[in-house]
Amino acid sequence: MAEYQNIFTRVQVRGPAYAGTPLEGRSIYGRSSGAPGFNHLFGRFGDAQIGPIYLGTTGLAALICGFIAFEIIGLNMWASVNWDPVQFIRQLPWLALEPPAPSYGLHFPPLAQGGWWLMAGFFLTTSIILWWVRIYRRARALGLGSHTAWAFGAAIWLYLVLGFIRPLLVGSWSEAVPFGIFPHLDWTAAFSLRYGNLFYNPFHMLSIAFLYGSTLLFAMHAATVLATSRFGAERELEQIADRGTAFERGGLFWRWTMGFNATAESIHRWAWWFAVLCPLTGGIGILLTGTVVDNWYLWGLQHGLVPPYPASWGTIVDPATLPGAPQ
Amino acid sequence: MSDYMKKGILYGTALVGITAGTLIGISILLRMEHPPIVGVQRGFRGTGLDQIYDPNTLAELAAASKAPRSLPPASAAGVKAATAYKNVKVLGNLSVGQFTRLMVSITGWVAPKQGCSYCHNVANMADDGLYTKIVARRMIQMVQNINGNWQSHVQKVGVTCYTCHGGNPVPKNVWFNNPGPEAATGQVESQTGFGHPTQAINYTSLPYDPFTPYLEGKHDIRVQAETALPTDDMHSIKETEWTYALMVHFSQSLGVNCTYCHNSRSFGDWSQSSPARVTAWYGIRMVRDINNAYLDALGPVFPAYRKGPLGDSAKVNCATCHQGVYKPLFGVSMVTTFPELQGPSTEAEATPPPAAAPPPAETPPAPPAAAPAPAPQ
Repeated sequence: MAEYQNIFTRVQVRGPAYAGTPLEGRSIYGRSSGAPGFNHLFGRFGDAQIGPIYLGTTGLAALICGFIAFEIIGLNMWASVNWDPVQFIRQLPWLALEPPAPSYGLHFPPLAQGGWWLMAGFFLTTSIILWWVRIYRRARALGLGSHTAWAFGAAIWLYLVLGFIRPLLVGSWSEAVPFGIFPHLDWTAAFSLRYGNLFYNPFHMLSIAFLYGSTLLFAMHAATVLATSRFGAERELEQIADRGTAFERGGLFWRWTMGFNATAESIHRWAWWFAVLCPLTGGIGILLTGTVVDNWYLWGLQHGLVPPYPASWGTIVDPATLPGAPQ
Repeated sequence: MSDYMKKGILYGTALVGITAGTLIGISILLRMEHPPIVGVQRGFRGTGLDQIYDPNTLAELAAASKAPRSLPPASAAGVKAATAYKNVKVLGNLSVGQFTRLMVSITGWVAPKQGCSYCHNVANMADDGLYTKIVARRMIQMVQNINGNWQSHVQKVGVTCYTCHGGNPVPKNVWFNNPGPEAATGQVESQTGFGHPTQAINYTSLPYDPFTPYLEGKHDIRVQAETALPTDDMHSIKETEWTYALMVHFSQSLGVNCTYCHNSRSFGDWSQSSPARVTAWYGIRMVRDINNAYLDALGPVFPAYRKGPLGDSAKVNCATCHQGVYKPLFGVSMVTTFPELQGPSTEAEATPPPAAAPPPAETPPAPPAAAPAPAPQ
């Protein structure tokens, strides 16, 4: 007999299209476009119903700004291979839209010298902030809390620190991240090298702890829900009303294995804070780099973070400091 | 649509997807190094100061890096080359026997297929008409200079023509000032020096020509802050990426990891670095000397077809000698059997090359309209 599974289910859950809850006298999809449809493949992973989608003014403006940023980045990358479509595809992961040179400081450079980067950054930031407003307002319209918006806001904080706030503090757009797939990764490595090894930055440590902690919590939580779904853990109403349910078994499992269990509500509070603190602490760490601390390794040395171990190669002296050293 | 058609489309899509995914996966897997991999601990335990070697690659490199057997030494007695031949400016102190032995050896090292006529007018061996002869004379002085004055880098092992040339008239690994690939001009982003992968930088998106500023010019390589708290030092992240590109080239050229020279917990700190970093530091200065005093200076001598897109002569970097090996030819010294190449340089006695050079066969092309190679800042 076909059995409902949480993913890759063979059963399609399909009722009549559900339009949503009427709120304060009007349908929540009063301004949404298109009648709901169904998609079989989507139904294999989740709910088969597609739509209605609420776009709205902020959503539309965010998409337009995002498209402008995307075009500025993509067209400049394409120009950097002389409009050659084959090279554009081949080199795409390497191509970059670079921030202006340090000599421009915080001035507006000519378009060809980083002006496009500044403009792409402006439109991308506008797009992201408009999308945040949309998230906030849609949640409020449904009568929800604003947790999603503030979680998204934590990510925006890290993005703004990297591309806007820190460059402002050190007085140079050139310190910001380039647009590009490999370029932004190489930039990250160079950032750590320039500022003496980010691993000795305590806020970087915290950020990593919350990043890995998030994956651990996510795995524990998801595993608990999946493991208890054979007792109907996803059927929340019965869980609340009845004894001996999946929820109770889940809680007991964690008490048996670690002596403590989160509740069905608090586990999500844990998860939310772990996820949100990852970019929050990371952003603080980036913000302190080059502004308050210039070399994290040397800073760590001063504060007992660096374990000493014997030198394996004897005394090595910087040859540039020797008399008569070549240039 | 019938259920059969729907099923057909679904399974068809799945089949194509699974096949494509498998093929892509296999092609990615084939590009990776496969086991066995050998790790060699070089620093304090547990600190990751290891060298990682692939024995297969090492075996290939060893086969490709065999030093040729030197000819038996010739007697120093007898008539000097300066007396016996005309126009011998550098090696005049050698006996005719030693001189001939070296000439035959150089032919084998540099132009084994082309023979004597690659550099000499065989009707008149003293003729300076071929540009290759002018270059070869200067290169002998360069080898003497390297062996005599740069033992801080080449130590007693030294170099011969073969170290770089390896039987090729032009060494396999040379570089030119690189203006980057052709890019659109006008209001679009100008060439920044970033974002175009080349073999020299191990296909990263770091600057593709770290050689011009650091190995021809003297741009500051050190970018890491030297104090815990901020000072006036404003080395930029961009500049760091240029340095990083140069370091990637070092690693590629020598077939070693970063930790061959550096303790990666503090790249800039000399007190935690290996002695190899000191050797490399002198190597950078040696390469600058070679590029400035010899190769760039030979610019008017080289014909246009030997020059780069910006009209400069071919220059050397670490890969020119090292060719993927931590010590060229795995540390086999050829120069011990050629004392005449050991220096000190006979430069003082020789005429500087531009004066000795005949007017180039063709006028060197005007530098193309392309922008100069971007520089770190």
